[in-house]
Amino acid sequence: MSVKLTEEMLKAFPDARGHFGDFGGRFVSETLMDSLMTLEKEYLRLKEDPDFQAAFDQDLADYVGRPSPLYFAERLTRETGGAQIWLKREDLNHTGAHKVNNTIGQALLAAFLGKKRIIAETGAGQHGVATATVCARLGLECHVFMGASDVKRQSLNVFRMKLLGATVHAVESGTKTLKDAMNDAMRDWVANVDDTFYIIGTVAGPHPYPLLVRDFQSVIGRETRRQCLEKTGKLPDALVACVGGGSNAIGMFYPFLSDESVELYGVEAGGLGIETGQHAAPLCAGRPGVLHGNRTYLMEDENGQIAGTHSVSAGLDYPGVGPEHSWLKDIGRANYVSVTDDEALAGFRTLTRVEGIMPALETSHAVAYAQKLAAGMDKDQIVVINISGRGDKDIHTVAELDGIEI
Amino acid sequence: MSRIEGVLKSLKEQGRKALIPYITAGDPHPDQTVELMHTLAAAGADIIELGVPFSDPMADGPVIQLACERALKHGTSLRQVIGMVREFRKTDTKTPVVLMGYLNPMVAMGYREFADAAAQAGVDGVLTVDLPPEEADEVAPLFAERDLDPIFLLAPTTTDDRIRAIAEHSSGYVYYVSIKGVTGSASIDVDEVARKVAHVHELTALPVGVGFGIRDAKTAAAVGKVSDGVIVGSVLVNTIAVHQTDPAALNQALTDLLHPMREALDNQVT
Repeated sequence: MSVKLTEEMLKAFPDARGHFGDFGGRFVSETLMDSLMTLEKEYLRLKEDPDFQAAFDQDLADYVGRPSPLYFAERLTRETGGAQIWLKREDLNHTGAHKVNNTIGQALLAAFLGKKRIIAETGAGQHGVATATVCARLGLECHVFMGASDVKRQSLNVFRMKLLGATVHAVESGTKTLKDAMNDAMRDWVANVDDTFYIIGTVAGPHPYPLLVRDFQSVIGRETRRQCLEKTGKLPDALVACVGGGSNAIGMFYPFLSDESVELYGVEAGGLGIETGQHAAPLCAGRPGVLHGNRTYLMEDENGQIAGTHSVSAGLDYPGVGPEHSWLKDIGRANYVSVTDDEALAGFRTLTRVEGIMPALETSHAVAYAQKLAAGMDKDQIVVINISGRGDKDIHTVAELDGIEI
Repeated sequence: MSRIEGVLKSLKEQGRKALIPYITAGDPHPDQTVELMHTLAAAGADIIELGVPFSDPMADGPVIQLACERALKHGTSLRQVIGMVREFRKTDTKTPVVLMGYLNPMVAMGYREFADAAAQAGVDGVLTVDLPPEEADEVAPLFAERDLDPIFLLAPTTTDDRIRAIAEHSSGYVYYVSIKGVTGSASIDVDEVARKVAHVHELTALPVGVGFGIRDAKTAAAVGKVSDGVIVGSVLVNTIAVHQTDPAALNQALTDLLHPMREALDNQVT
C-alpha cells in the first residue's frame, strides 16, 4: 500500500496528541506530563517566532557551517556502476555529524525556557558531543548518560565530552547501551524536572520530541532538495539514510515526502543478519509496542520485554525507532531495509578508499545499501546518500576488527 | 461496588487508613510470589500492588529495576503474573490486588485478552505507569466492562485541570506520587505532601493513596494522617533482595517491616 502525501496532508501529522497514525503519542509517567505539555506549547509558539528562527538559522550558518555541500561522488559512482551517487555532507558539520542541527535547536529552546541544566542520552557519543558542545558555548551545565558498554567502545567521544565540560554518567543497568542511557536520562529528568531540559538526540521519545527533532533536522532535506535542483536540474530519484532512532533519515526524507517520484530508503542495522536475531532492525523485523514515551516498532520478545540488540555501530544499537518512520513504513511511503555489520564495514572501506571520505559506521550502512541500489539503476538517475557523520570515532573499532592495536 | 472501593469505604468508616504494600511479581522467584502475597495480607495489607516486571522500568529507581531483572531472569511474564493472582484468589477473596507496571507487556498480550484474563483471575485494579489518561481511550472501556479499576498517578507537577481530568478517568483510588523522582529515591517532605493531598481531596472525592519515599512506620503514620492510604514499595523490595536465598527469613522480615507500619497507621485513628 502506498499513499500519496500532499503538503496539506502532511500538516496533519503529528496530530494534536502527537500521533502519526497509530504511532507516536505521549506515554510517560505523570511527573513529566506538565513539562512535556509546556514544551509543546512553547515550541509551537517559537516555531512561528521570527526571532527564534533567525537565531537558529544564524547558528546553523555561523556555528555549524551550513549549508553542508551536496557532493558528486564520481569515483564511487564509477566503481558502483549505475546511478549517479551524490553525498550530502553532514560529516562536515561542526562536531562531525548531523546531530548538532538538533542540539543547537533544543539548546535555544532551553535558553528561551530559562532552563540552565541540560541532560542528554547518547549511543555512539555523537549526540553527547553535540550536546556538550552547545552547552559549552551557552554556558549550560551538561550531563550525558551513556551505556557502560558504549563508554568502552566509544572512548574517544567520552573524552571529547569531558573536555567540553560535560559530566558523563556510565549506565550499568540493563543491556548497558543506548536504551538504558535513555532510561536513566528520563529518571534524571523526573527527579530534576523543574530546572532541567532534556535534549533528546533522535526522533523518538514522547511528543513533542519526534516533531521538534524532525523540524530541526529537516534543514538537511531542504538543502538537499535545493542543491540537487541547482546542480542537476531535477530531483533525486532515491534518498538513502541509515536509521537507528532515525533523526538523520527523517531530516533528509521529510522535505521530500510529497515528492512522489523520490524513493526513500531507511537502512537499519542488520547486525549479524536478520535471521540470527542479532540485529537492531525493528522496522524490518519488529512489531509495534510502547517504549520511551511513544508507540512505535520495537524489538521485543513474545511477552513484550525489550530485546537486546546488536550492531557494530553504537549509534544504531537501539531497539526502537522514531514513530514517524513506523508510520511511513505502514503507509508505504518509505522503504526500510537492512545491511549487516560486514556489509557496512565494506561500505566504510569503499567510501574511504575511493573518495577519501571516512564515514561513521552508522553512515556506512547507508553507503553499503546505496551501492546495491545504484547498481540496479540507470546512469541518468540520481541517488543521494546522507553522510550523517564522519568515521574518526570508529577507527578503534575498525582496527580492532582487523586485529590491529592502535 | 468493586473490591477496592469496598475495602477503602469500610476503612474510612472505621477511621482507618489503608496499608498498600508493593512487591514485584517473580522476585526473587516466581514460585514464591503467591506465598509472599499471603504474607503481606497476613501482616496487615489492605490492598496489594503486584508489580509486573518490565525490562525498561523508567519510573523506577535501582531497587525495583533489580527486582525486575531478578524476575525476568526466571522469565516472569504478564500471563504468569495473572496466574499468580488466580492462585492467590483460591484462598484470599477479600484482599484487592492491583497490577502495577508498564504498558508494553500489555500491548504484547493484547488489551482485550489481558482485560479478560485479569478480570477472570481476580485482579481488581490496573496501574500502568506510562499510560496517562490521554492515551487510555482503547483500554478504558475494556476495563470498565470488566470492573477493573483504572488507577492513575498524580504527581507534584500535576496541574489542577489535570487532577480533575485524571480523577474523572480513575476509579478505586488515585495514587499520589509524593516526590519528583523515581521510586525509592528521595525522602519525602510530609508537610508538602499534606498540603498537596488536601488540595487533591478538594478536587476529587476519590480516596488518595500516597507512595514513593515511605520507608518506615513513622513516615507511614505521618502520611497516613493526611491521606487515605500509604503505598510502600522499595523498602520491601530491598528486603526481598537481602533475603532472596532464604524464603523463611524473607517472610519473617516482610512481616517485621509491615507490622509496625500497620500499628502506627492504626494508632492514628481519627
